[in-house]
Amino acid sequence: MRTEGQTLYAADVTGVSSLGKFYVEHERGLIGTGAVLTFLLAWEAVTRSRLVDPLFLSSPTLIVRAGYELFAEGTIWRDLRVSGTEFVVGYLMAAGVAIPLGLALGWYRRLYFCLGPFIDVLNAVPRVALLPVIIIWFGIGVWSKIVVVFLGAVIPMLINTFSGVKTTEERFLKVARSFGASELKIFWTIVFPGTVPFIFTGLKYAAGRALLGVVVGELYAATAGIGFLITVSGATFQTDKVFVGILIVTTTGVLVVELLDRLERRFEGWRPKVGSAT
Amino acid sequence: MPVKLEAQRICLEYYQPRTGRRLLALDDIDLAIMDGEFVSIVGPSGCGKTTFLNVVDGLLPATSGRILLDGKVVTEPGQDRAMVFQDASLLPWRTVLGNVLYGLECQGIGTRPARQRAQHFIEMVGLQGFEHHYPYELSGGMQQRANLARALVMDPQVLLMDEPFAALDAQTREVMQEELLQIWRQAKKTVLFITHQINEAIYLSDRVIVFTTRPGRVKQSVTIDIERPRKLAVKRDPRFLQLEDFVWNLIEDEVRKTMLADRSSRGSAEVGPPDSGV
Repeated sequence: MRTEGQTLYAADVTGVSSLGKFYVEHERGLIGTGAVLTFLLAWEAVTRSRLVDPLFLSSPTLIVRAGYELFAEGTIWRDLRVSGTEFVVGYLMAAGVAIPLGLALGWYRRLYFCLGPFIDVLNAVPRVALLPVIIIWFGIGVWSKIVVVFLGAVIPMLINTFSGVKTTEERFLKVARSFGASELKIFWTIVFPGTVPFIFTGLKYAAGRALLGVVVGELYAATAGIGFLITVSGATFQTDKVFVGILIVTTTGVLVVELLDRLERRFEGWRPKVGSAT
Repeated sequence: MPVKLEAQRICLEYYQPRTGRRLLALDDIDLAIMDGEFVSIVGPSGCGKTTFLNVVDGLLPATSGRILLDGKVVTEPGQDRAMVFQDASLLPWRTVLGNVLYGLECQGIGTRPARQRAQHFIEMVGLQGFEHHYPYELSGGMQQRANLARALVMDPQVLLMDEPFAALDAQTREVMQEELLQIWRQAKKTVLFITHQINEAIYLSDRVIVFTTRPGRVKQSVTIDIERPRKLAVKRDPRFLQLEDFVWNLIEDEVRKTMLADRSSRGSAEVGPPDSGV
């Protein structure tokens, strides 16, 4: 049955042209690229044909041109530097606090009893609503945004890390105790490896929250940054520039998640691959 | 032959938070195992076999009574005993070699001598060539071989085996039983083996201990006077079948009692030692 299917498949591939073979091998990428291209062409067509005013919707070519101009003028570098600093510093500070603290909260029950209420409240409060006071405390410079980014990112990282520790499997703890492992050994060989996937989930989710913090923080009060660029351009009906800003933020988010995915794969060789291929 | 392992009047009671009652799991268990003896415990499910093994390993403290090893009281896990756990207890983030090394690491044994010892036992259980495979890449039988190697490498005096073959298919199980006997002969260990399969217990053991239904008590000790080495074919021997019949009759009443007890308490109390109570 199985060999029959394989020969059939082989016959299919050899029977068609090399172009067909290329398609079979790259089906996923081709369909994805095709869909995106179609979307961009349709967008371009809708504005070119004046079905919709380009001032309203912009268009892929207009966005590319606006992007080119922004980089050529050079003012955007400052925005990138400011937003980049806010994102990187806030995000790394959040990771530096959330991962150790999440591990500790999961491991020491009483520490959780003590800090749990604060975390629950911080999780429930919309971080954006804190912006006015954050600006009062930290000014309209980089630091107020770093704090917003930090507050946005720290919670998902913390909660995920904590859950990771909590889902440590009893049977592995029993194995470790049976071999006379010390508490420290149990932590590093049983609890931590099981928590790693949760930490990555938290880091990935937090990347989105951190970018949100950058943009919203700069929308509210700033003198530079990509969020600032978006606000100013929007207020002056420069839709093309707004989209350039959005594109930069989106690309950053995708790149950060991709980077984390790659890093995670290096840790996760022990995990069976799950999921359907089609 | 001197007595290797002795259980003296072991009682274990635990508190059930849900019902607020105290439950007697083990009732006055007296047991003496000779040096180099292979002893199995059989009994209806929920009779406390595994709980008793956990007490012997030192993972669970007995409410009263004591465990003696070579005449000395033991209260916590030690290098003199090693447990072969039920299925899926290998650490999934460690390779076969990493798992076998685990106990040695816990005892702070240096890497180089540890690796040599690990390699020796990996070969003894027939896993050479699979040292760098992760558990998910192994069949159930191979996983249990690794599990056995992980315990043997500690060079324990007593091997505690908690239904190690329960999750294996019938054929693999038979082969593993025969191999276990060969390894036992080579390694010259005292073995305390838990199973619910009567013919497995008889085939492997010098003595089969039958437990009563909850609370677990020693109902009878049955000496298995079948000469060794034993081929798998011995299971079809009239003498073997007679013993099987005899042990089954001892257990049958207990199983019926368990079923009646279950029926009367269905929905109100879930009985059975909490595996998490370690």
